[in-house]
Amino acid sequence: MRKLQFRPCGNFNETYEEELAIFETDFGRMSLLIGLILLFCVIPFVANPYILYILNTIGIYAIAAVGLNLLIGYTGQISLGHGAFFGVGAYTAAILGTKTGLPIWLSVPAAGVVTAAVGIIFGLPSARLKHLYLLIATLAGQLIIEYVFAQWESLTGGAEGISIIGATFFKIDLMNDRTFYFLIFFCFAIMTWIAVNLVRTRYGRAFIAIRDNDRAAEGMGIPIFRYKLLSFAISSFYAGFSGGLYAYYMMSITPEPFNLWLSIVFIAMIIIGGLGNVPGSVLGAIFIVVLEELLSHGTEYLMNVSASAGAAITIAPLREFVFGLAIVLFVIFEPKGLAEVWRIVRSSFRLWPFSY
Amino acid sequence: MEFFLQLLVNGISLGFLYALSALGFVMIFKSSSVLNLAHGELLAIGAFLFLTLSTWAQLPILLSFALTLVGTFLLGFIIERFFLRPLIGEDLIQVIMLTLGIGIMFKGLLLFIFGGDIHEYRPFLPEGLSIDLGLVRIPSINVSTFIIGIIFLIIFGFFFKYSAQGIYMRSVADNQSAALSLGVHVRRVFALSWAIAFIVAAMSGIVLGIINGINVHYLSNIGLKVFPVVILGGLDSIGGAILGGLIIGLVETFTGGYISTSLREIIPYIVLVIILMVKPYGLFGLVEIERV
Repeated sequence: MRKLQFRPCGNFNETYEEELAIFETDFGRMSLLIGLILLFCVIPFVANPYILYILNTIGIYAIAAVGLNLLIGYTGQISLGHGAFFGVGAYTAAILGTKTGLPIWLSVPAAGVVTAAVGIIFGLPSARLKHLYLLIATLAGQLIIEYVFAQWESLTGGAEGISIIGATFFKIDLMNDRTFYFLIFFCFAIMTWIAVNLVRTRYGRAFIAIRDNDRAAEGMGIPIFRYKLLSFAISSFYAGFSGGLYAYYMMSITPEPFNLWLSIVFIAMIIIGGLGNVPGSVLGAIFIVVLEELLSHGTEYLMNVSASAGAAITIAPLREFVFGLAIVLFVIFEPKGLAEVWRIVRSSFRLWPFSY
Repeated sequence: MEFFLQLLVNGISLGFLYALSALGFVMIFKSSSVLNLAHGELLAIGAFLFLTLSTWAQLPILLSFALTLVGTFLLGFIIERFFLRPLIGEDLIQVIMLTLGIGIMFKGLLLFIFGGDIHEYRPFLPEGLSIDLGLVRIPSINVSTFIIGIIFLIIFGFFFKYSAQGIYMRSVADNQSAALSLGVHVRRVFALSWAIAFIVAAMSGIVLGIINGINVHYLSNIGLKVFPVVILGGLDSIGGAILGGLIIGLVETFTGGYISTSLREIIPYIVLVIILMVKPYGLFGLVEIERV
């Protein structure tokens, strides 16, 4: 084994490889290993079903958030349509799973591929549109896809939706929280590993160049339209993949959850987590899911205290208020998100007691 | 023929409402280039403020109208000062997320206070203004709101054309650094444009509320309908917004009348996507010239 390296007090990188390294010290590698052991060998066996449910939700949303961060944080193309893309994945997996009877290990990646195709179609306006025009185009895409979910009854079942029962993975029953936990977090680990490494390749560099200045990127010989579409495709693949997992996990889907609100929640995740930062999107997903869970418990508690049916309806909108407030506070006070908070905390430990 | 004329009249009055609600949005975009995703909530706040003052507090109509305008003016200042000022010079996504967050906050607050039901103003508009065109009849309420809307359009037109503040606002919209070097207080203009845009939004919210009833969900949905309208006309053109509103209103009613009622809700967005593909900066918008 190599000697453990300690982090120097400052930036002493001499080669490009050192700058690009994911783990600056062996402690980073070790803590990742410990994290993985905790994730796969400890947590699923000590957590109760409720905690497992929350963790599974976090895992599903985190995959989509990582994908969206590749698009918004790295390529700089804003999409307000990821809620619908997530829905496309969910519907594709559900339709493939029920009507053609594909097994889950085929239908979920297929959902990702189909969603990537849809994402390319809605990414086409990015050839000519930038910034807020693209945002409005994806917003329109979101509303149109929502409409298709509700109206194409022969395929999507309309407002009734589709139910999927009895998914198995090579004869392992997936219909309980613990086995599904392994599936979700296995996919999550793979997808995050791909994303972290993707941004270090020439594709990732091209994405970042397009984000920083797309005209200049074009001048340097990057075919920007092709890369923008690639980014839309990859990011929609992530959304569709996690949507497929969501469909199997929830066991029944309706058009209801895949609305504009979900798109906003996804963007909120990556803004709160940190734009252009893969671990940040995971932090953002954790933050949002836990916040929503706390808010619904809070309102339930308040309802029990006030104990009248009228008060119950009036208190519920306060959840929205707090959610909006969290977004506003993050944007104003920590626009770089939780990833930046984490970096500050770490570096203050590293530099202690001389903080400059 | 009669059906066609009826649809035409309905489409024009709907389009007029859209145009009116798009005005405040265009004003904010024109002066500070902020894409305001909380516009629907601004409409709702104006409508509900007027509801509280006129119908629940039973103040005289004109007094409560004046108080609504003063209140929304101040709220506009507050929003600009505390939320948008810190973000001058930040990325687009941050500003958009901020307006989204503000919108969600306001919507939650309004739902908390007023609930999700449809409310109505006590009737105060003169009756008997309805116009009979032989085959079609325009109800009195549409005529009177049309008159109110036109009066406000004229007032704001004069404000922008002749008042000093209006000229400052136009100069900032035209070229920020040139305006700054000529001694225009750009920050004050930003604040003022939010305040005035909020007044315009409140106005449109009240008019929408008179015609269709006041409901948080309905009004915040109008905030999304604004996008096809302004994209069609060009994001920074007030005349374009009016024309865009009329076109979208007509397209919507005719689709609803002749093709299918469920398609009606979505057709503006399909038009929007087509327009964006063909003419990205709208019919009257300024083409952005970019240099590396």
